[in-house]
Amino acid sequence: MSDTTARAIPDRLESRWTTWLKSWEMLLVGVVVFVFAVNAYASPYFLNAWNLSDATFNFTEKAMIAMAMALLIIAGEIDLSVAAIIALASTLMGLALQYGAGTPELVMIGLGVGLLCGAFNGLLVTGLGLPSIVVTIGTMSLFRGIAYIILGDKAFTGYPADFAFFGQGYVWWVVSFELVLFLFIALIFGVLLHATYFGRMVYAIGNNATGALFSGIRVARVKFILFLLTGLMSGVAAVCLTSRLGSTRPSIAFAWELEVVTMVVLGGVSILGGSGSIPGVVLAALIMGLVTFGFGLANVPGIVMSIFIGMLLIGVIAAPIVWRRLRGESVG
Amino acid sequence: MISRFLKSREALLAGAIVLLTILIAIRFPAFVSAANLVRVFNDTSILIILALGQMMVILTRCIDLSMAANLALSGMVVAMLNAAMPGIPVPALIALAIAVGAILGAFNGIFVWKLNIPPIVVTLGTLTIFRGLVFVLSGGAWVNAHQMSDAFKAFPRAVFFGLPVLSWVAIFIVVLMTVLIGRTALGRAFYAVGGNPTAAVYTGIDVGRTRFVAFTLAGALAGLSGYLWISRYAVAYVDIAGGFELDIIAACVIGGISIAGGIGSVGGAVLGALFFGVIKNALPVVNISPFWQLAISGAAIILAVAFNARAERRRGRIILRQSEAAS
Repeated sequence: MSDTTARAIPDRLESRWTTWLKSWEMLLVGVVVFVFAVNAYASPYFLNAWNLSDATFNFTEKAMIAMAMALLIIAGEIDLSVAAIIALASTLMGLALQYGAGTPELVMIGLGVGLLCGAFNGLLVTGLGLPSIVVTIGTMSLFRGIAYIILGDKAFTGYPADFAFFGQGYVWWVVSFELVLFLFIALIFGVLLHATYFGRMVYAIGNNATGALFSGIRVARVKFILFLLTGLMSGVAAVCLTSRLGSTRPSIAFAWELEVVTMVVLGGVSILGGSGSIPGVVLAALIMGLVTFGFGLANVPGIVMSIFIGMLLIGVIAAPIVWRRLRGESVG
Repeated sequence: MISRFLKSREALLAGAIVLLTILIAIRFPAFVSAANLVRVFNDTSILIILALGQMMVILTRCIDLSMAANLALSGMVVAMLNAAMPGIPVPALIALAIAVGAILGAFNGIFVWKLNIPPIVVTLGTLTIFRGLVFVLSGGAWVNAHQMSDAFKAFPRAVFFGLPVLSWVAIFIVVLMTVLIGRTALGRAFYAVGGNPTAAVYTGIDVGRTRFVAFTLAGALAGLSGYLWISRYAVAYVDIAGGFELDIIAACVIGGISIAGGIGSVGGAVLGALFFGVIKNALPVVNISPFWQLAISGAAIILAVAFNARAERRRGRIILRQSEAAS
């Protein structure tokens, strides 16, 4: 919300190394090391391969969505309906199960529902030119509402045994399928954002959508694709989460949208659009996973963890600003 | 003036609410009995108060996601105090709830003002912090009806001139906000800051401080709602009003308050909240399962925002639009 900016022009450019050392990602690496060390010191059970593997489940599903959400937020939009998409996708998978769908059909339905929901969001935002924060607050109620209409206060259970692989399976020793899938997705999104023409368009749109339009970028189409991707990733997360829990309730993944947005913002993506990186978001996901897991080992209730996640979010964003203030530099 | 009112969004929304009520009344006449309408208004009172608070924040081009968590924390503070020391008079507890709420709101405001952190990030953080503090404070335990003093519980239910005090408080806040928004320099400043922050600076308005005041006042209203909510339902627990922050924003959006700031009215926020109230109360009456409520309100939000955007597009920014079309 900075309305006026004033930046000092440096008399010489910083070397690549200094820029790199001062980057947000390095700060996050520092936080990761710190959290890891504190955890290892606080609990004797922390440094155990299987425990650490378990810890990854705390963030993999949310982080998959965060990858796509990062691109969407960099482009200056937001999707608050991601958790509701999980609920709807999971519910429709459960419904299909009642009609005898097998594992391949279930996966197709999960991904398909995600894509359709994403397309619906994208159409409303780009087709009608509506603000995405309001549209997705609406679709968030709508999608989860449909899940409630279908399920009521019941639950779908009895997913097939081979379906459990997506959320409970291990690829090699302690390395879970979900972790491998997440790393694969992170790699794809990292390349997409940082090494392709599409990624450059995303940054351009986030910095100045009108300018991007006049430079020949099809802003609406790129944004629509980003909503599709976010929907698709929510579908992937729905498949993994449903498989991991082995059941569907309409309250599944409740309030995840806030955690996903927190991950993205903590990862250094500006909520105002135009800047941020995938490695940053991956590190932020790792931090949130480690913090919640460490607290879990220390028997700290989930809701108390959320205090620290909230403080981490505000603190990490505020710290550099306060630091610059104290050194008497002007703040942009 | 009358024709201008008839074309306004408020009139349309009021028309939609009346139409909805008539449709329900055709099948179920009991719904429009005076007693039931009073009940609907009373059920919606807290949402009205919160929507008015959120409106101030949205007018200044910010958003407060932490209002429901603020409500829970302020409410829990007074509920626990009341349980521990039943001797404290209710007016003092209400003042305390408002003060706690205002402090929590000011906390949001100071980050937005002094550190320039985007409001959505700040309130996303404080949302989880406040909610967590409710747990830390209460240890996860409930404060139940029998632990609260009778005076504490009786206040919002006492009936004056056919309306419960809860409804009167809402009416009082509506009047107060009408004066504040329409008749004071601060009210104008809210619109100026949201409409065009840069221009507001040149007219001598401190943008940051105006936003800080909006957050603080919204927090105070959340604190007041905290007392009202907990005393009315006579129970306090960690998840109270969970997810309500989105209902508050939805009421504002349905009421025609532009999320981009600078556009909206007290009447709109009240009608937006009432629209929610009518739907919520009508569902059980017309034999639709309450599970439909979420989907219906979601559809209502989408329709409202689609309609608002069209209305806004027609009105303003003609110069820009022409130049864009020309190039």
